[in-house]
Amino acid sequence: MKIDSNRQEKIAALSRLATKVRRRDMQMIYKAKLGHIGGDFSATDILVTLYSEVLKIDPKAPNAPDRDRFILSKGHCAGALYTTLAFAGFFPEAELDTFVEPLSNLNGHPNRNKVAGVETNTGPLGHGLPVAVGTSIAANLTGLGYRVFVITGDGELQEGSNWEAAMAAAHFKLDNLTVIVDRNRLQQGDGTEQTNQLDPLDDKWRAFGWSVREVDGHDYNNLLDTFAQVPFEPGKPSCIIANTHKGQGVSFMKDNVAWHHKVPNDAEYAAALKELDALDGVAAPKPANEEVEVKVGV
Amino acid sequence: MTQLYDCRDAFNEKLLELAAKDSRIVTVVNDSVGSSKLNQFRKEFSTRLINVGIAEQNMVGVGAGLANGGLIPFVCGASPFLTGRALEQIKADVAYSNTNVKLCGMSSGMAYGELGPTHHSIEDMAWLRAIANLTIIVPADPNETAQAVSAAASINGPMFLRISRLGVPQVHPADYKFEIGKAALLREGRDVTLIANGVLVSKALEAAELLAARGIQARVLNMATVKPLDKEAILKAAAETGGIVTVEEHTIFGGLGSAVAEVVVTNQPVPMRILGVPGVFAPTGSAEWLLEYFGLTAQGIFDAALELTGARV
Repeated sequence: MKIDSNRQEKIAALSRLATKVRRRDMQMIYKAKLGHIGGDFSATDILVTLYSEVLKIDPKAPNAPDRDRFILSKGHCAGALYTTLAFAGFFPEAELDTFVEPLSNLNGHPNRNKVAGVETNTGPLGHGLPVAVGTSIAANLTGLGYRVFVITGDGELQEGSNWEAAMAAAHFKLDNLTVIVDRNRLQQGDGTEQTNQLDPLDDKWRAFGWSVREVDGHDYNNLLDTFAQVPFEPGKPSCIIANTHKGQGVSFMKDNVAWHHKVPNDAEYAAALKELDALDGVAAPKPANEEVEVKVGV
Repeated sequence: MTQLYDCRDAFNEKLLELAAKDSRIVTVVNDSVGSSKLNQFRKEFSTRLINVGIAEQNMVGVGAGLANGGLIPFVCGASPFLTGRALEQIKADVAYSNTNVKLCGMSSGMAYGELGPTHHSIEDMAWLRAIANLTIIVPADPNETAQAVSAAASINGPMFLRISRLGVPQVHPADYKFEIGKAALLREGRDVTLIANGVLVSKALEAAELLAARGIQARVLNMATVKPLDKEAILKAAAETGGIVTVEEHTIFGGLGSAVAEVVVTNQPVPMRILGVPGVFAPTGSAEWLLEYFGLTAQGIFDAALELTGARV
């Protein structure tokens, strides 16, 4: 497929921003000695695409009634969200240095009452989607017509509350609601399929009444095309299964279960920075059409 | 014979009245339209009644989302399921997120009688009281219920209303003004204080009559707001009457009695008796029978107050 020059510029800008977000996020986690770097990096490309090209939001009016809503259901990846929000202008970048320090607004999990741009407090899993269903219904009842986007983890889908919400979203025909599943195939302790099998995940969402597409969650072109097409079907909520790699961007973190919430030591930090620096300004390499090799039990 | 009222009727009449004036008011239910007596609401405001089916976690999350969208959701479900099943959603999505959600625990306490402990809600006060940033109200009669609904709609913030289905008499005068966080002084007395809420307020008033016949003047406080608690009224009662009996349709662990005791022991220690369900699952029996069984009656309160005042002198 031929990509026009306008699109190429957008992709290059997204790639630069994503690298900036990963680098700043890692610095933050390294300094704080706490964070969830693996999941942060798997969701980063989706987050920067949403905040740069999809969401109708104004950081100067974070509570505008007709804003699009974004909910990070996998709240433990607050580091990626905070960094994205800071670069989007919701709060000064310098505040990132306070991450998890005593009395910081930037808790280990996001708090809507302290951080502009956060819609609901997440952390316990399986909470984002039910709230998003309510907000989507509110968009219809109030006639404000905004859209609601949610990123869930894949392991998180083992929580039953998601499926209560999934059923309701289809029942209420919420085509203003889009869920993006960060399908990195790893959870805290093991592979998702080794822990409590999710596949066939697309069939599950379809069976619940959603319109489903799969994307490469690190391919900006693919993400842009897909987001431009929501709702995929009128009268149905949209599900994007974004195939991602935990730890994307740093070779030794990628697809490695150990990096769920590991903090890089000095040598790892230096090596990771070097890899991210090398990516700067370069579109993330398109993953070869290979099967994801999940390293478990490291 | 004293007329008895089902507080769900007053709850719904007030909700209908408010909803007609304020399009932000919506209801969320878990297939509980009938048990929450919301049939008329559904008839008049069909798009504003959101029935998520039998899914309490989603129900509370949806409530938080509706509030995010600027609406005022009254989330209505049988109290045991609303509170027990969705406790983490109440904590994270409502209280911690500080969303403008009104949680309405219907048919609370042991109102479901013979349906058994799975359907009793005698732990809800303990669970919810432990959560920060949640106002908890247990109205005693239709008048207070209606005013609590008005207060819930007009005040921005998370709130829990505990609404019984057991018949209760009006315990307040018609001109009673309910205020969140303020105990209602229903009877003055200097010998002992009876503190109750919900369906047991009328029993406390009856007990005060029995005590008066024995020359004991009991003060009666309706502590409709369990959180924030009216510390001033409690400390005044402790200082002026020297002893407190609490009565609640709830386990004695963590509810009204515990809340009052926390204030009393740290500020103005006086003897107390805490009446409620003594940490057991109720045996089979109707709601009325269970209240008798656990001594949550005028006689039971009278006995406890007599014993307490006798023990004191």
